[in-house]
Amino acid sequence: MELFFSQILDGLSIASVLLLAATGLAIVFGLMGVINLAHGEFLMLGAYVTYVVQSAFKPMGGLIFELYFPISLVLSFVVTALIGVLLERTLIRQLYGRPLETLLATWGVSLILIQWIRSVSTAMMLGILIAVAVGFIISKLLASRFSEKPFFTYLNGLGWAISIGVGLIAINVLDDIQPISRAWFGPRNIDVTAPKWLQGSWGMIGKIELPGLRIFIILLSALLLLATYWFLNKSVWGLRIRAVTQNRQMSNCLGIPTDRVDSITFGIGSGLAGVAGCAITLLGSVGPNLGAAYIVSCFMVIVLGGVGNLLGTVLAALLLGIIQSVIGSGTLLTIFPDMPAAAKGVVEFFATTSMSLVLVFIFIIVFLQFRPNGMFPQKGRSVDA
Amino acid sequence: MAISETTLKEVEEMAIKEINDAGGIKVASKSYKIVPVIEDGASDWPTFAEKAQKLIDSDKVAVVFGGWTSASRKAMLPVFESKNHILFYPIQYEGQECSRNIFYTGAVPNQQAEPAVQWLMDKFSGKLGKKVYLVGSDYVYPRTANTIIKEQMKALGGETVGEDYIPLGNTEVAPIIAKIKKAFPDGGIIINTLNGDSNVALFKQFKAAGIDPAKYPIMSFSIAEEEIRQIGPEYTNGTYAAWNFFMSLDTPASKKFTADFQKMYGADRVTGDPAESAYNMVYLWKKAVEKAGTFEDLDKVRKDMIGLTFAAPQGEIKMFPNHHTSERVLIGEAEPTGQFKILYDSVKAIPPMPWNQFVPETKGYTCDWTQNRPDAGKFKM
Repeated sequence: MELFFSQILDGLSIASVLLLAATGLAIVFGLMGVINLAHGEFLMLGAYVTYVVQSAFKPMGGLIFELYFPISLVLSFVVTALIGVLLERTLIRQLYGRPLETLLATWGVSLILIQWIRSVSTAMMLGILIAVAVGFIISKLLASRFSEKPFFTYLNGLGWAISIGVGLIAINVLDDIQPISRAWFGPRNIDVTAPKWLQGSWGMIGKIELPGLRIFIILLSALLLLATYWFLNKSVWGLRIRAVTQNRQMSNCLGIPTDRVDSITFGIGSGLAGVAGCAITLLGSVGPNLGAAYIVSCFMVIVLGGVGNLLGTVLAALLLGIIQSVIGSGTLLTIFPDMPAAAKGVVEFFATTSMSLVLVFIFIIVFLQFRPNGMFPQKGRSVDA
Repeated sequence: MAISETTLKEVEEMAIKEINDAGGIKVASKSYKIVPVIEDGASDWPTFAEKAQKLIDSDKVAVVFGGWTSASRKAMLPVFESKNHILFYPIQYEGQECSRNIFYTGAVPNQQAEPAVQWLMDKFSGKLGKKVYLVGSDYVYPRTANTIIKEQMKALGGETVGEDYIPLGNTEVAPIIAKIKKAFPDGGIIINTLNGDSNVALFKQFKAAGIDPAKYPIMSFSIAEEEIRQIGPEYTNGTYAAWNFFMSLDTPASKKFTADFQKMYGADRVTGDPAESAYNMVYLWKKAVEKAGTFEDLDKVRKDMIGLTFAAPQGEIKMFPNHHTSERVLIGEAEPTGQFKILYDSVKAIPPMPWNQFVPETKGYTCDWTQNRPDAGKFKM
């Protein structure tokens, strides 16, 4: 019994990390049909927001420092959601209904974000601001003179190209000024320290240790899931989002502002990724490549659960978490100590972290042979634009 | 892994600057300045091989310093052997290799892992028994190192109760914690050969699960001062590491090395074993070139390298005929400051044995490039 519960707890903790990371993607991919390969980088941004908040709180020390974590949870949601909205407004919007292009474009965005985190400095941000400002001024000026002319679009493009050039020159010039050319984070991994109350164990139930951060992550993912469920099913905007998902043209005709719905959906998906990134800092390392470690698991959960279905995402995450913990820790041997030698050999072979992951992939491939659309395929028409 | 590699590049540039400022390299009564050509292997193994080829063929460099993971070295090895060029490799590694074209300035297992296992057994086997649990990243170094440790445990009459590997970059440690708790309900010795990011996950999750270094001594082979900064000292506090150099090593040479490094790159930076090895190899090469009196005749440079000594930050090291250096062995305990308290010091440098003497396949084999025989890289003693 004790073994059973400790296995359930382990399985739940792996599952809750998967779920936390995948919920945002489930919304973006499931409701909007956008294959967002930059999702992992939104996790990374959330983790970096946590780092910034932590650094800001460090000098205060004591009790106030212990409270930084809830604040960084909120802030990482807000910041990544805003970046998500910005990305949707500028890029994703142009690519609705073209999944392959979205895939490539978001992959590009992920590379840009990784490199940006590595090399961002005050000088670089100033350069970018200058470029954007110059670009807007040029395009305003051009619009006032030549907006009627047939070559206007080309001229406008040229204006933006010039502003990019100006920005690059500005960055190069500013880079020589020592204090502002120092990278904010640099390519190295950074150290995010969990507050004391999350670091250790929260005591024992019977003989089962309750690791504080694991329990916290399980609670957090459950809470986020409930909030997402409530938002999608009970709130006005949730209703609108679902309406747009089901039939974009009809919703548009009925007066639903579909483009705002798109921004909000993408923003919420990104924000959830940010919260997940904040929580992940408790478990592992924080560096520019953080996203790569999670993106595959996120897609795995969503594909297994069925696109566009929160219940499927939850069940898939639970299933994968429990498979990983039961197989990877070799618990089957403890439960069935008298199994034949051949079976024992097989179980032992898979009872390592690497091999249990292999088994998970085999399981998913076999499962998708029988249910190609996942556990809960979405009924009716799929999303299009 | 790129996180720690940049430090090596910086320390090599520091050594080059020191040599250039002191008048450069004197060959045939003329002085030459070193001009570094820097290429980025991008932690991608094929890229290492490609860039090595480019450095040799189009930049016509006199020597290459580089590599981080064993896999990166294994990728470059055929390039250097086919072009008969010289590579210096600065990282402790698993041994079981001895190339005519590579000089290894990091430790092999008999200069790091083996003394560390012996020390763990001496210190803890009375209380915790002669049992170890091995955790590593899933690639060539941890797997080979653990093969050696298992053989050593057998020779010591002990037992390896478990062995687990995490794919590079994976951060889920829950199943391993479950297995360790099953194997060692009341504490036991853990040997950690994880590389890079997985270490952060391991230490954070160990702490949460109540795996306390006081009950579960953890010995790590890839965690130096730089890595502790990234993991966070409060997570590594009380764990052990074995290296050939610690920043806390209290000798004038060690202090000067760290002071020079911090002067050049900032007072908040730390040195450590890999950085020290990278520093040493530049000076060893300089000495060899000066002794050989040529940059171009690589055979002569290689020949004259053997037997050279250098007053390194750790103490005097010597290049052996098997192209590995002798190394001082230190074992330290991580402190809340992120530094190590040195608990064991071999003081004298231990000679390298690249072919491992615990593993049956290589027992009795040695390597000696001064001997004129086709199998000089691996032959029976």
